[in-house]
Amino acid sequence: MSSDAYERIRKNPKFNELVARRGRFVWWLTGIIFVVFYGFVMAVAFAPDLVATRPFAGSNLTVGILAGLFQFIVFWFLALLYVRRANGEFDDLNKEIVSAAWGDR
Amino acid sequence: MKRATYFNCLAALSIGLLSNAVLAGDAIGPTVKQAINYNAIGMFVVFVLLTLGITYWAANRTKTTADFYTAGGGITGAQNGLAIAGDYMSAATLLGLTAMMYTQGVDAYIYMIAFFVGWPMILFLMAERLRNLGRFTFADITSYRLNQGKVRTMAAISSLVVVCFYLVAQMVGAGQLIKLLFGLDYGIALVIVGALMMVYVTFGGMVATTWVQIIKAGMLLFGGTLVMVLAMSQFGFSFEELTTRAIGVHKLGVKLLNPGNLLADPVTAISLGLGLMFGLAGLPHILMRFFTVTNAKEARKSVLYASGIVAYFFNVVALLGLCAVVIVGQNPNFFEEGQIGGKIIGGGNMVAMHLAKAVGGDMLLGFLSAVAFATILAVVSGLALAGASAISHDLYSRVIKQGTASEISELRVSRFATIGLGIIAVVLGLLFEKMNVAFMVALAFGVAASANFPVLIMSMYWKGLTTRGAIAGGYLGLFSAVTLVVLSKSVWVSVLGYAEPIFPYTQPALFSMPLAFLAIILVSKLDRSIAAELERAAFADQFVRAQTGVGAATAAAH
Repeated sequence: MSSDAYERIRKNPKFNELVARRGRFVWWLTGIIFVVFYGFVMAVAFAPDLVATRPFAGSNLTVGILAGLFQFIVFWFLALLYVRRANGEFDDLNKEIVSAAWGDR
Repeated sequence: MKRATYFNCLAALSIGLLSNAVLAGDAIGPTVKQAINYNAIGMFVVFVLLTLGITYWAANRTKTTADFYTAGGGITGAQNGLAIAGDYMSAATLLGLTAMMYTQGVDAYIYMIAFFVGWPMILFLMAERLRNLGRFTFADITSYRLNQGKVRTMAAISSLVVVCFYLVAQMVGAGQLIKLLFGLDYGIALVIVGALMMVYVTFGGMVATTWVQIIKAGMLLFGGTLVMVLAMSQFGFSFEELTTRAIGVHKLGVKLLNPGNLLADPVTAISLGLGLMFGLAGLPHILMRFFTVTNAKEARKSVLYASGIVAYFFNVVALLGLCAVVIVGQNPNFFEEGQIGGKIIGGGNMVAMHLAKAVGGDMLLGFLSAVAFATILAVVSGLALAGASAISHDLYSRVIKQGTASEISELRVSRFATIGLGIIAVVLGLLFEKMNVAFMVALAFGVAASANFPVLIMSMYWKGLTTRGAIAGGYLGLFSAVTLVVLSKSVWVSVLGYAEPIFPYTQPALFSMPLAFLAIILVSKLDRSIAAELERAAFADQFVRAQTGVGAATAAAH
């Protein structure tokens, strides 16, 4: 691929906008997963009593099970959020940028 | 006495699991040969005939290197998602994790989250860049703007270390499992697995491998769900009823639902988490699957499907383990000499199989056994293909022939490489029959996380990376991961027979991975060569391609 096209894309302000928007989104999502997952691992290691609490009277559900299920669901939901935005909004912007790079030759 | 054996078996299980045995199948220790199981063999023969038919069909469509390595790049996101899940969930995911839930309770559930959490991370940080920059192997990306010969050689070496050790661990697990489930000899089982793997990969390449993985994923999901539904029906589909009865009969009592002591040590916990998360992101057979889809859009979709399937299946397995506590744990037929609480017939990993028999009779047991066999085949095929591509694409075509090799000769090399890897896997599998192979999985994940992952992620994200930095970091990661595993319990004590391990943890990633990153950054920063300047300058174009996909390898026109 010609380096000219890359150069034109780089100079397009929309490219910087795409990179910044997608980058911010990615770091937020990654940060949430890191904090929640390692926070949970630390809670299991340092506060096992808290994780063993049964929040609902008459139910065997523990905080640990709920937190686990919560992570399976929420992390997958974050993945869904990312794919929807990346395959929709970001890809549309990407197409614009790419066609602009070829268009003004 | 009883207590002592319980703790021994517990310790053995936790060691196996800490070294990620669940993914590999090596939690399955030496087993006793069972009576020949005709139901299971019959259903497995059906699976083999079906997959051989697909291989025959795929062979006609495998004419170019792109067909062989990436199925022509035309796999859809949904297909690839199933195939990734099929590549990732091994027989021991079903057997090992069910067994762990059965003995450990909720601790196993926490492990499952650790096995799952790497997937969203791969999606956010790597999926689209992998697809936009890579073509056949992940070394395409690491060597994109660096010295092809040096960086590819290193990537091929660490890929082959990962593939070989993972492959041998799978083979040993497979032999033990098949001996147990089908009543076949260990040696015969190994030869069958090795031969089928060679046929699938040599003739059908990525097309056949993908479909074997897809079919296997479907069978695993169907089989697991069926057993789960039948088992849950005995508790009126009530979680409360299930847990109340499980608590009532389990040795741990109420603690069954409390996280216990497996993760009590925070260093072990973090090391395990890091090793699983980033080891996953450095496994060559998993990374390779990203090159089979049409574009970044499909690559993202495939991770979404894969992670959904993995998350669902782990929750099914968790329920299977809890149901087994009541259904298997209280049935004297499943214990040696009929003693409840004694030794489970066939060993701890048979819990899921016993549960299938208890709720669905011999037919369901046979089906689940066939699923386990199919699972092993799918995983070893993916591994063999990844290893073969490191040899033929990276070493032969790019390093030795420097890009001048013809398609035909590259294809021929990749097929010979597959056969070679198959023979090595069978021979090593036979040699290691009686050995504890837990270290091989620790090694595979450790090297993946410490040698492959740091170079890969830095080549995608850091402009400053130079060839010298990548080489220093990659080899240091490889060397330190191998050294730490050798000094850890799984080799130093279990294989070499010393009393105390020198390195107290089983997963080296927490130490070897930062070491690799440090070396990459330091050496790259200090690199003042002209080549290094050019490599840094080349990042700008690579960055545009990574972000937009302009210039990315496209699906081959058929």
